[in-house]
Amino acid sequence: MSEPKFVYVTYIATTPEKLWQALTDGAFTERYWFGTRIKSDWTLGADVTFLRNDQVYDSGKLLECDPPRRLSYTWSVKSHEEFRGERPSRVTFEIETMTAAGGKKTEVKLTVTHDDFDVGSKVLAAVSGGWPVVLASLKSFLETGEALEIAGIGALQAAKERALAAARGATA
Amino acid sequence: MSEPKFVPNTVYVTYIASTAEQVWEALTSAEFTRKYFGGFAIEVEPRQGGTFLLRYPDGRVHMSGRVVEWSPPRRFSCTWRVEGMPDLRELPECLVTYDIEQAGGSVKLTMTEAHSWKVPDEILAGGRTGWPAILSSLKSVLETGKSLDIKLEPPREMMEAVKEAVAKKPWRR
Repeated sequence: MSEPKFVYVTYIATTPEKLWQALTDGAFTERYWFGTRIKSDWTLGADVTFLRNDQVYDSGKLLECDPPRRLSYTWSVKSHEEFRGERPSRVTFEIETMTAAGGKKTEVKLTVTHDDFDVGSKVLAAVSGGWPVVLASLKSFLETGEALEIAGIGALQAAKERALAAARGATA
Repeated sequence: MSEPKFVPNTVYVTYIASTAEQVWEALTSAEFTRKYFGGFAIEVEPRQGGTFLLRYPDGRVHMSGRVVEWSPPRRFSCTWRVEGMPDLRELPECLVTYDIEQAGGSVKLTMTEAHSWKVPDEILAGGRTGWPAILSSLKSVLETGKSLDIKLEPPREMMEAVKEAVAKKPWRR
């Protein structure tokens, strides 16, 4: 049986440096991540915190930081009663520059891997619904300057709730 | 003859700043697919049971199939059989379904690739590599007017697994 994980790939017309900034600068994440501000000093082992309205809702530790290519941190979900029993998981961002015929740099491939879950993780079910929303909004933000309007956090929350309900159904 | 049962193996979800009608148009009109789908032009009879084709820029047929569901602008589903590549054309057809839903001010697009036999991961890797590129480009075309220029080759392991599957034909029981 394969290990429980979520993998998502998207291609963005931008540079690795701009994508890196969008992933690590709280002023940027707040724009496309539906009000989520990421905060860290980006030294290995440092805290990575996720804030909304200046309140910390989730946090983790920095595992890898190789700008503008690879970023990895643990993620401990504290915002939901239902997730609190789970150990921290791990999210990794890999950034590759795509080169077209003739050596012209065109766009950037972003691979997000969220893994290190226990079997039956409810967090995995929730993030599997949440990442496509956030990463689609990130792509729009970098290509058009506008994040997506998905009725904000409400819709994201609703997607998480639906995924949770589905996970409950699957284990029942 | 009974219909084969298709089981979903690959799902890709994206959200697009667009309308359901425009996403439908992008999926079903040749003018759009040429821009984001590796230059392929779609040709589809707009009804259940109709013919579905994807043509190379020179007019040759790359994929063929039939329309299983035509429900604009919500759901478009059709079978796919590779015609234009050796070995791959021997594989059973798969089922590709696009679901379009409103999600606040955006549109949620879900692509589901389903199969009627136990497909090895090496072969599924073809779709799992291709769909993110194709659908990222579709999103860019609808939001910015510009497609992405992504060059993709079928993974080598995939072509070897296809050869092996064609030799053994595990879908025949």
